[in-house]
Amino acid sequence: MNRIYLDNNATTIVDPRVKDAMEPFFCQQYGNPNSLHSFGTETHPAMRLAMDRLYAGIGAGDEDDIIINSCACEGNNHVLKGLYFDLIRNGPKSEIVTTQVEHPCVLNCCAFLESLGAKVKYMPVNSDGTVDGETLRQHIHPGRTALVSVMWANNETGLVFPVQELAEICRENGVLFHTDAVQAIGKVAVDVDRVPADFITFSAHKFHGPKGVGGLFIRKGLKLTPLLHGGEQMSGKRAGTVNVPYLIGMGLAMEMAVDNLAYEDSSVRLLRDRLEDAILAIPDTMVVGKRELRTPNTILASFRGIEGEAMIWDLNANGVAASTGSACASESLEPNPTFVAMGISHDLAHTSIRFSLSRFTTAEEIDRAVAVIRQSAQRLRAISSTYKNGK
Amino acid sequence: MAKNDLIGGSLWEQYSAKVSERMNDPRYRGEISEVEAKALGARLVVADWGAEACGDAVRLYWAVDPKTDRILLAKFKSFGCGTAIASSDMMAELSTGKTVDQALKITNIEVERSLRDNPETPAIPPQKMHCSVMAYDVIKKAASVYKGVDMSSLAEEDIVCECARVGLRTIKDVIRINDLKTVEEITQYTKAGAFCKSCLRPGGHEKRKHYLVDILRDTRIAMEQEKLFAQADAGDFAAKNLIQKHRVIEKALDEKIRPALAADGGSLEVVDIREAAGTVNIYIRYLGACKGCVSSTKGTLQFIENMLHQELAKNIRVIPV
Repeated sequence: MNRIYLDNNATTIVDPRVKDAMEPFFCQQYGNPNSLHSFGTETHPAMRLAMDRLYAGIGAGDEDDIIINSCACEGNNHVLKGLYFDLIRNGPKSEIVTTQVEHPCVLNCCAFLESLGAKVKYMPVNSDGTVDGETLRQHIHPGRTALVSVMWANNETGLVFPVQELAEICRENGVLFHTDAVQAIGKVAVDVDRVPADFITFSAHKFHGPKGVGGLFIRKGLKLTPLLHGGEQMSGKRAGTVNVPYLIGMGLAMEMAVDNLAYEDSSVRLLRDRLEDAILAIPDTMVVGKRELRTPNTILASFRGIEGEAMIWDLNANGVAASTGSACASESLEPNPTFVAMGISHDLAHTSIRFSLSRFTTAEEIDRAVAVIRQSAQRLRAISSTYKNGK
Repeated sequence: MAKNDLIGGSLWEQYSAKVSERMNDPRYRGEISEVEAKALGARLVVADWGAEACGDAVRLYWAVDPKTDRILLAKFKSFGCGTAIASSDMMAELSTGKTVDQALKITNIEVERSLRDNPETPAIPPQKMHCSVMAYDVIKKAASVYKGVDMSSLAEEDIVCECARVGLRTIKDVIRINDLKTVEEITQYTKAGAFCKSCLRPGGHEKRKHYLVDILRDTRIAMEQEKLFAQADAGDFAAKNLIQKHRVIEKALDEKIRPALAADGGSLEVVDIREAAGTVNIYIRYLGACKGCVSSTKGTLQFIENMLHQELAKNIRVIPV
């Protein structure tokens, strides 16, 4: 059975061309780029090309930094903790503003900084499931706010946040703005010319690059205390020998992601809509968030009367990989803030399934997945104690 | 543990083959209709437990022979994850053929054990243990429906941790006996809180009546108080202040005197304690049968005074008012 991978917001297949580009840097050009000898220096042209591709991919200028690190989680920690040390610990600022729906790597980092005395404000989302400019204006204070951190696109719903407007509001108020773009690169245009963000973070493995490598964009002239102290790599801003093959792979992956944006916006979107229409044709289903506000690849669907984990178990048994936000085993049963803000019944909190496509998803796979989803919904509703037709 | 924890196992990898099997093809899924129950000469019992909003809901159907109380047939429906479905299926199987009272003795722990592939390896990971608790709760609900009684009347004791089935009494006792100071220690000693963690503190997977943090705090406060009282009660009577004297006098009355008076239907209360010229005067009022009894100013009074002399100090005088 050919399995169907519809969990691309978790991670993606490495594009075979990316893998090929990385290959020579394991056993042939394996030098340390900081060495003086030829083993070291011969890695430089490919590394420079990768950096050029990354800079071009997000429209960064030569005076900006893109720090190569291990992932967006590291980048997010770097921004939040770095600014805590630079602006909050000994003043002059005291607060961080973020949202209730950030990835745990931002939320847990904020909770840690709160334990050190920082004040963190968590903005709610509106009925569209995103944060609007008005809400941001109510939460920032030019004298107190050190940083605003709002994700570019949400990992669960795919909802794209109005980061351009939010970044502009921050700039007007002299407040730094960070956006976690991990779910945006390769799905929507990420351009630092258009969006005046000060810090942007991303991970290669979300756009068909390898796991364990990512980037942190820092706008020119900004100071940020390192997270990792050590050698002089990344001009002292992030110590640790650069993962040469992974940087090279990420560079090419970025270039291809940007080249494929039009394909993503047309063909992947068409497949996503086809899947979404088929899901909505099943009675008593719904999809969270307006289509036009979402990344072209994501569906967060709810199947009334079916517990999320039971459904992904069943889908998995039939060769379809998806994910659920409703972990029955999670230690907290706090209602999902996006659901609450969007007026989605608490009953549905345990029925959500996320399908996320990529440019590698085919129409044939979508059609097979639809058949599996239908069959699974039917089977699980037949044994459901809470599902009644038309209710 | 560390090495295995670092990569983080998948929940599903920790399910036994029996759990997977019953999830994929539950044997007791479905409903029992009134007609089917009647055909068996049985009474139909339908019990619901849980709610979609909590992530788990199960409905249990029993066909019970009203003459023998025996469960002839069991079926279930479930809104729940794989382990909830598998546990409900096993619960239905275990209850089949038992009387309602016997079925009431089936616990979530027995359900989990029955789902094991081998006796040594748990059938489900710890954080999924609460899914099997549903199976136990719905049996209790079905039994209460059958017997026409309130469900709380079937509870054997006040359970704090449903997953490990640890009661309030046990938890208080281990805190006292072992002088436990942290919730983690309670979990080490009793396994309470080791599974779904709901009972550790408010805000967890589900709302609980008791939380380990509260039990620990309250028990520690009670222990501190007892320690202070014990310190205050010990030592020389003469050196005590009036409040401490009152406490030990009441204690002596409770232990040595009031039971004797109660045997004859009487009692007494302390009205006042006054110290004058090296004597402690205890003013008492007789109650019940002692009131107006001839002996109350003679033999009984002598008995009380002697007892207090023996227990506390010689310079005590008891004065009835």
